[in-house]
Amino acid sequence: MSTGFHVVVCGSLVPDLLQTLEPVQGPAGPGLRNELMLPSVLDPWAAHALFEAGHLAATVPGTKVWLVSLGPKAKLQQLMMSIAPKVPFELVAIDASASGFTDPVEVAAALAGAIEKIPTVDRSRLLLFGGCASASRDAGVTVQMVGERLGIADQFLAADELTVSAQGTLTILERVEGGRYLVSEVAGPPCAIAWATGNLPEPPNNPQVGMLNMRTMMPALQKAQPVQLSASGTTFHSVELPKQERHTRIVKDISIDEMAREIANWIKE
Amino acid sequence: MTTEIILFLAHSEDDGSLSRSALETLTGAMELHRQSSGATFVTGFIGGDVSAAVAEASGCDAGTFYAVSGPDFAMSRYASDAAALEAICRASGATIVVAPATSRFNRAIPGVAQRLGGRIDTHVGGFVLNGAEFAIQRGYYRQRMIATLTRTARPWFLTVDSGVFLRWEGAPVPVQATALNVTIGDGLRKTNVVGYKAPLASAQTIRPDAKLLFVAGVGWTKKQADGQVHLEDAAKIILTVVDKSGASLGSSKSLVDQSSEGQSVFSFMSHLNQVGQTGSTPRHPKGLAACCHGEEPHVVGWRFIGERRAINLDPNCGWAQGKADVLYVADAFELVARVSQLL
Repeated sequence: MSTGFHVVVCGSLVPDLLQTLEPVQGPAGPGLRNELMLPSVLDPWAAHALFEAGHLAATVPGTKVWLVSLGPKAKLQQLMMSIAPKVPFELVAIDASASGFTDPVEVAAALAGAIEKIPTVDRSRLLLFGGCASASRDAGVTVQMVGERLGIADQFLAADELTVSAQGTLTILERVEGGRYLVSEVAGPPCAIAWATGNLPEPPNNPQVGMLNMRTMMPALQKAQPVQLSASGTTFHSVELPKQERHTRIVKDISIDEMAREIANWIKE
Repeated sequence: MTTEIILFLAHSEDDGSLSRSALETLTGAMELHRQSSGATFVTGFIGGDVSAAVAEASGCDAGTFYAVSGPDFAMSRYASDAAALEAICRASGATIVVAPATSRFNRAIPGVAQRLGGRIDTHVGGFVLNGAEFAIQRGYYRQRMIATLTRTARPWFLTVDSGVFLRWEGAPVPVQATALNVTIGDGLRKTNVVGYKAPLASAQTIRPDAKLLFVAGVGWTKKQADGQVHLEDAAKIILTVVDKSGASLGSSKSLVDQSSEGQSVFSFMSHLNQVGQTGSTPRHPKGLAACCHGEEPHVVGWRFIGERRAINLDPNCGWAQGKADVLYVADAFELVARVSQLL
């Protein structure tokens, strides 16, 4: 693979996973209470996709990485401060709602439109990366829809491993039922890969990479095109927190043997 | 909804049969049809040879059984699967498409929805029929909130999670499937499916059929009362209780993350075991957590676990805050080992 890949990673922001979330009904549909005030992180699965892309760029010469991110511009700017030192990439920002209640069809249209407008992306070398689902909408459909819009016929979902042979053949391991992997080979790009967790740890911060990324990030954020995502044709009758509060019985004043008997009997029931 | 055409989709398994998940979803599709006056019910099957699958579902009262079969459709490949499903959807004129949320369909159906200009909702957890209006329930923010919603756009694709409906068991009746001819050119054969690979942790991953989920937390890797880490003892205790109880082995994110960061942890544990916001959301009747603190991002993965029990040294841990039915305040090393002796 002498020319390398053009890896476009689709990834957006989600509320920090440790935050308490509460749904509220607004005039434009459901949302989260204090949504704009909630601290955000890069969606966990999309982050894995970005780290895999960075790893690919480091191992396959000539490979370049773009991150196409859809979210409120101000929040994207904050998020990029923490993402920039991880791996080298060029940001393409789309100024739109990152709410989980948006329609994936419209999100996919916005993402595909932004990818089509990147002048330096060679579609014949394109690897479309993203998370296998998001921690917000949690649908697991956006990468496939973007892939369809870009005419990509080879798609993979919940991938944990991508290897590239010397001839450029891609071998992909996808999670399937029964704890197994489905192993597929594809002759080369273009293809779309929606990542599960992969096998790579989060890269350590590299200040030099951060400075390099920040040079292009601010112009990209300034150029971010606003996109209005509507939910026309969709009616949310209710959005509620699951009622699953339990009355916990705390067992601490009996012997270990009694506890063990109770647990064993419960398992055998 | 007097003019809906409800299409149930399924793919055959490697042995030609229908999966449990497909049969559960068939129950849901039939209930939806039964409650929708004037709706038409049809089915569609893809696979290498779908005759056994069609026979298995033949008693479901569907008006038509569409089939796309042949060597090109035997294995799970996006390009050929999407072409087959698109053909069935177009032939049936379906307005509501109900399918099991298998890995094969999770990958292909969103693309089909895009091709047909439809809408899609995944991880559907229930149908709600209110007079003429049809709505669904599904989770958002990794099941941390549940929405009831409806859409006017058609076709509306719905993939249904396993465990929502009871498995359909009907007697087979003679039916004639309508075979659709779908041509797969070389452009759609670029992906070569090599086969399956079992991970190293194959014996201890999340198994939907297990009655018990045993979750090991990061506490197993911490220093114990003697000031030492006892990883070998912990591994032996965990594997013994999983083996003796026939449980699925789950884990918290903190534990599997340690493994990927190169720290010395359990060789049998991988991200496939991870339960929680960035892991799986299994459905087992019972769950037992040990050395896990019960923080919210992990516990959201327990949403569909029936009865929950936990073992932790901290009586104020997350499990005690209404997240478990019973919390045993004890040393998990000692208690789990004793439990194994009694199983």
